[in-house]
Amino acid sequence: MVASTVKKLLRAGDWLATPLNAARYLETINPLWSDHGRGRVERLIQETPDTVTLVIRANGAWAGGEAGQYVQLGLDIDGVRYWRCYSLASPVQPGSREFSVTVNRLDGGRVSTYINDCLRAGDLVHLKATAGDFVLPAQRDDQKLLFISAGSGVTPVMGMLRQLIAERSGADVVMLHFSPDYAHCIFHDELRASNSEQRRIHLAVTREDARDGDLAGHFSADMLEQVCPDWRSRQAYVCGPSSLMSAVSELFLGAGLSSQLKQEAFVLKRAEVPEGAGGKVGFVVAGKQVDADGKTSLLEVAEGAGLTPEHGCRMGICCGCLATLKEGQVRDLNTGEVFGESGEKVRICVCAAAGDVSLEL
Amino acid sequence: MTSLNHSHSAVPVHPSLAHLSAADRDAFADEVEAIEARVMSSLGARDARYIRRLISAQRWLELVARLVIFAGILHWSGFIIGALMLALAKILENMEIGHNVLHGQWDWLRDPDIQAATWEWDNVCPSAQWQRSHNHLHHKWTNVIGMDRDFGYHILRLSDQQPWHPGYLVQPVSNLLMALFFQWGVAIHDDELATLRQGETPAPRARQKLDNLLRKIGRQLGKDYLLFPLLAGPFFLPVLAANAAANLLRNLWAYAVIFCGHFPDDVHEFTPEQVANEDRGHWYLRQVLGSANISGGPLMHLLSGNLSHQIEHHLYPRMPSNRYAEVAPQVRELCARYGIPYNSHGLARQLFTVWRKVFRYAVPGRNDTVLQAR
Ligand code: FES
Repeated sequence: MVASTVKKLLRAGDWLATPLNAARYLETINPLWSDHGRGRVERLIQETPDTVTLVIRANGAWAGGEAGQYVQLGLDIDGVRYWRCYSLASPVQPGSREFSVTVNRLDGGRVSTYINDCLRAGDLVHLKATAGDFVLPAQRDDQKLLFISAGSGVTPVMGMLRQLIAERSGADVVMLHFSPDYAHCIFHDELRASNSEQRRIHLAVTREDARDGDLAGHFSADMLEQVCPDWRSRQAYVCGPSSLMSAVSELFLGAGLSSQLKQEAFVLKRAEVPEGAGGKVGFVVAGKQVDADGKTSLLEVAEGAGLTPEHGCRMGICCGCLATLKEGQVRDLNTGEVFGESGEKVRICVCAAAGDVSLEL
Repeated sequence: MTSLNHSHSAVPVHPSLAHLSAADRDAFADEVEAIEARVMSSLGARDARYIRRLISAQRWLELVARLVIFAGILHWSGFIIGALMLALAKILENMEIGHNVLHGQWDWLRDPDIQAATWEWDNVCPSAQWQRSHNHLHHKWTNVIGMDRDFGYHILRLSDQQPWHPGYLVQPVSNLLMALFFQWGVAIHDDELATLRQGETPAPRARQKLDNLLRKIGRQLGKDYLLFPLLAGPFFLPVLAANAAANLLRNLWAYAVIFCGHFPDDVHEFTPEQVANEDRGHWYLRQVLGSANISGGPLMHLLSGNLSHQIEHHLYPRMPSNRYAEVAPQVRELCARYGIPYNSHGLARQLFTVWRKVFRYAVPGRNDTVLQAR
């Protein structure tokens, strides 16, 4: 009732706010009153020397999500907005819309480094809707589950575990988590404390001697057999580096149980583009794909492929040729800079392919 | 500006450039681009803060201005003070924010709300339409008679290179109307809409454009002349008058700033032949010769949307405007070294010489081409 009245008022406000909408003025007064997903960093928790948890309170415009899914987090670093996906490491609290993500510093990772070193409580982050099917089954109270994770791959698993604990679920859980050593074991204390009859949590270390009852070494079928003899009858989840992912998925494939395994790869590798190289250019609207070198503007490539994109000056000054980048990166032919995030508008008259790209043309 | 080809043929160059060899022009272009590269690589959080704070200050000012206008119900002075504040808000929105965002100066922030592709500004001309005619036609063809449609806006004769016809006799009046209704002049001044009457533009495209224009006009008029006045109930008319005054003041100011950019004395015009085989250096040099700055302090720069740095804006249309003030002395020094005039005077002087041209070129000169009818 109240919400619908507010909506009506806002719609009337949109006319007064022409050519913008009312939300642009409301967010001037309070940035969280925006119609874009945003959140405030409520607390930071240092998990390990290079991992930090952000507890974020989202505004009403953010659609919410389920533990284990990933949310896109946008941060302005040196003025420029960067988006990265992070798993929800906690369920979203219904009343407060609070949730957490846990971010591990990657070597040379601009965003993860910024989050670890510079972000403070009270800072604002941008949020996009969550996605992914790495979530608990809808019917779960009588289910048997198996979680396998390594390194920061623990975050979506932790989200699901916390959710099960919070809702006092009857699900039977076995968890197997790997970390290089105890100092870098994210959520170490909480994992230990959550170990119970109903939720048996096994820690393994790969580069340090194992302590009281923990396991040592990397994942193997034998190890799984040892800690969880009934793994074949469980709904399984795996998240971690590619070596772990492939070992687990091969095991399940060999057993003919692939359909029982949900996988979440948490490191997206961006292909290194050799200096000056071009790539395949896909035009998604036209449904065409052509090869391009690293020196020919995408406008010329498009025209060569028989498309007629809108344009003006052909020299980079008018923005008459902006096209939306779907995937990949481009090279600014004037400055040589390689850039591009999906969804970004690029001037195709002065940008060339830097590796494979696809454009909304 | 990579896409210009290098050719140094014997086409007639502009007389002010005759003393420069091809090598000189290349060197000039290199120096122009070096200045740009230095600034563009140093963009960062400070610049982002500038535009975000400015946008939020402008929105506050506008909110408060609307309230002060309503406070005119309690005391009449509210209408006047509110109108002045609203005019200021509209000027900031159109000039330092809108114009520059629409050039893509802030695209590097990757903020979907501060992008050339999405910004819609507070005047009757739809952003996309203006971008095409301004960024493309005007910035690329700066001061090339016959190509740059912004030269005289097809209403005024401001150079003896434009053939005279009797219609220009009334241009002192057209000039005045242009100043009063500047936003409307900009909105209807569009090559594709002009050809619409002659049936040249493909019909669906022109229809689409016209629809967009009419919708924008409807919303803009609806806001300032219907909705806000209606909210004031019996004070409908005073609120309408205050809003109209704000729009009028914005029009006058925008007119003044923009006419000072390319039409004062000693700004050079070019013929299509002179630019036919333009090289990279020529292109930059034409931007300098074809533009004029307005000297003044930080307030002048802010209120003019930094078009007081028209020369720098034409050299670097995508450089964030808050940086023009720092590159202006460097550009000026560069021009001095290459013997290129750098036109910068106070607002009054620039405006005076524009108006003098309006009167002078209303009548044909002795050697001017005269067309009998339009
Ligand atoms: S066509 Fe003008 S910027 Fe690309």
